[in-house]
Amino acid sequence: MDRNSVGLVKEQRFTFGSTEDPMVLESGNTLGPIEIVYETYGEPNEDRSNAILVLHALSGDAHAAGYHHPNDKRTGWWDDMIGPGKTFDTNKYWVICSNIICGCKGSTGPGSINPATGEPYGLDFPIVTVGDMVDMQKKLIDHLKIERIYSMIGGSFGGFQVLEWTLRYPEMVGSAMCIASSPTLSAQALAFNAVGRKSITSDPGWKEGNYYGTPGPDQGLAIARMIGHITYLSDLSMDSKFGRRLQSADRFSYDLNSEFAVESYLNYQGKTFTERFDANSYLYISKAMDYFDITRSYGPLNEAFAKVQAKFLLVSYTSDWLFTTEQSKEITRALLYNDKDVSFIEIDSPYGHDAFLIESNQLSKIITPFLDSTYKENA
Amino acid sequence: MTLELNKLMQADRDIITSIIPEKSNVLDLGCGDGGLLAELKKKKGVTGRGVDIDEENLITGIDRGLSVYMGDLDDGLSDYPDKMYDYVILNQTLQVIKKPAKVMREMLRVGKYGIVGFPNFGNWYLRLYLLFTGRLPKSKALPFEWHNTPNIHQLTVLDFKSFCKSENIQIINEYYLIFGKWGNYGFLKPFANLFAITGMFVLEGKNTNKEK
Repeated sequence: MDRNSVGLVKEQRFTFGSTEDPMVLESGNTLGPIEIVYETYGEPNEDRSNAILVLHALSGDAHAAGYHHPNDKRTGWWDDMIGPGKTFDTNKYWVICSNIICGCKGSTGPGSINPATGEPYGLDFPIVTVGDMVDMQKKLIDHLKIERIYSMIGGSFGGFQVLEWTLRYPEMVGSAMCIASSPTLSAQALAFNAVGRKSITSDPGWKEGNYYGTPGPDQGLAIARMIGHITYLSDLSMDSKFGRRLQSADRFSYDLNSEFAVESYLNYQGKTFTERFDANSYLYISKAMDYFDITRSYGPLNEAFAKVQAKFLLVSYTSDWLFTTEQSKEITRALLYNDKDVSFIEIDSPYGHDAFLIESNQLSKIITPFLDSTYKENA
Repeated sequence: MTLELNKLMQADRDIITSIIPEKSNVLDLGCGDGGLLAELKKKKGVTGRGVDIDEENLITGIDRGLSVYMGDLDDGLSDYPDKMYDYVILNQTLQVIKKPAKVMREMLRVGKYGIVGFPNFGNWYLRLYLLFTGRLPKSKALPFEWHNTPNIHQLTVLDFKSFCKSENIQIINEYYLIFGKWGNYGFLKPFANLFAITGMFVLEGKNTNKEK
């Protein structure tokens, strides 16, 4: 076990609401009870003012760091960033990561049992927006007796949640780090999401969402993930990673089988994804992504960001064509317009949207001083 | 960075710090590693933003607790509304940008006042250097080789004043670095173009739509 790791961690659960007293969502539909799975690393200080909230992206989960069992082969998804002496130093900060609602990693989602029927929700699960997700996270934060979150960070879909937090609960966010994100999805990104969903819903194994207990729409989900993967990479990174290499031959086989290395890679990514992710969750989360639109919810960006109180850090990547630098600049502009404390850096990287998870070192170089300077000011 | 360049930079910071009133709202274009902003914050309680193109510089700026923005000044300052800042600073940057006229117009739109500092190419030392050596002048303020320099626009104090006149820009105050000391040099002003190593000008902000 890595000496710099947070070590063994336990999943924790928080339940609120009930069928009689459900939460009312943005859509007008209701949901209750709601269970949130979360993990914490480090300890709260006396007044609980050192909390950092980590907001995961589409396919992430609450297990951001450490191990569940001593024999675990893999650590949390951001283990290289969270731990003693690491970027999110658990000697100083109390780091919290929760699984989003409608996820499939423990928190209530379409695969959870509907108390009214005793069966999985399936498509009876209500559509959840980013606003709803943040409202639910707030319940967890209240439960943990945190009055003000020291800082929060999210990339991609996690960035949506960060932005929503600063707009919905401005007084509760000390500083906000929004990485490779945007104020809304572009038409191109919407298009990719739509195709991904179509791939799942056209799979006969989907059975209108009532596939639990059966193999499910594995093929459709795998294809949706493959599409996603292509959008997370860049032209350059795919060229350097795969090129036109054949996977296991030096001649064409003149049939329709997968021959190129990139095809094998995509097949593998698709297959492993189906082993760990629920198709309905994918549908619901991608829909929540589609709906996220700051302008629609809060007005033109210049007006929307007038009320935020957090200190902002926005980071984008040069080769990220899914969440572009221009989109991060749109947010920066609106914050500058309102004379808010905002820093913006574009990192030069060939890795595309994936860079926000891959280029940890580069990101750390920026996050560490950002976190520290606020820490020094408040100390 | 040479010791001389460091001393020059500190001298620049000192004069700018003396010009800017307490608690002003400041934008530093080409802020480098945020040294000036940090000093203004400490000595004059200034709130400020910095713009620079270099990632390492910006990270140092963030470490100083500053609000810094990665941007190319030649793209203009469309991200900033009119008269957002009390002072917009363009120090030792005018000569490195591609569109100095555009940037100056923008800075005077965005700020109530502008401060522009640049090395004076009309300095007697540089004139004699070219005259006697036949080579592109180099000095403590201009240490670069002709083929390896960030300075793409050279100008003299007279060039700048003439430019301001043609652009209808009001010069409110002028300071010169002469013999290692910054000052107004009232009596030497007519000879500033000959003696100044660096010029620092305080300019009046302009209204948009009406002027160029």
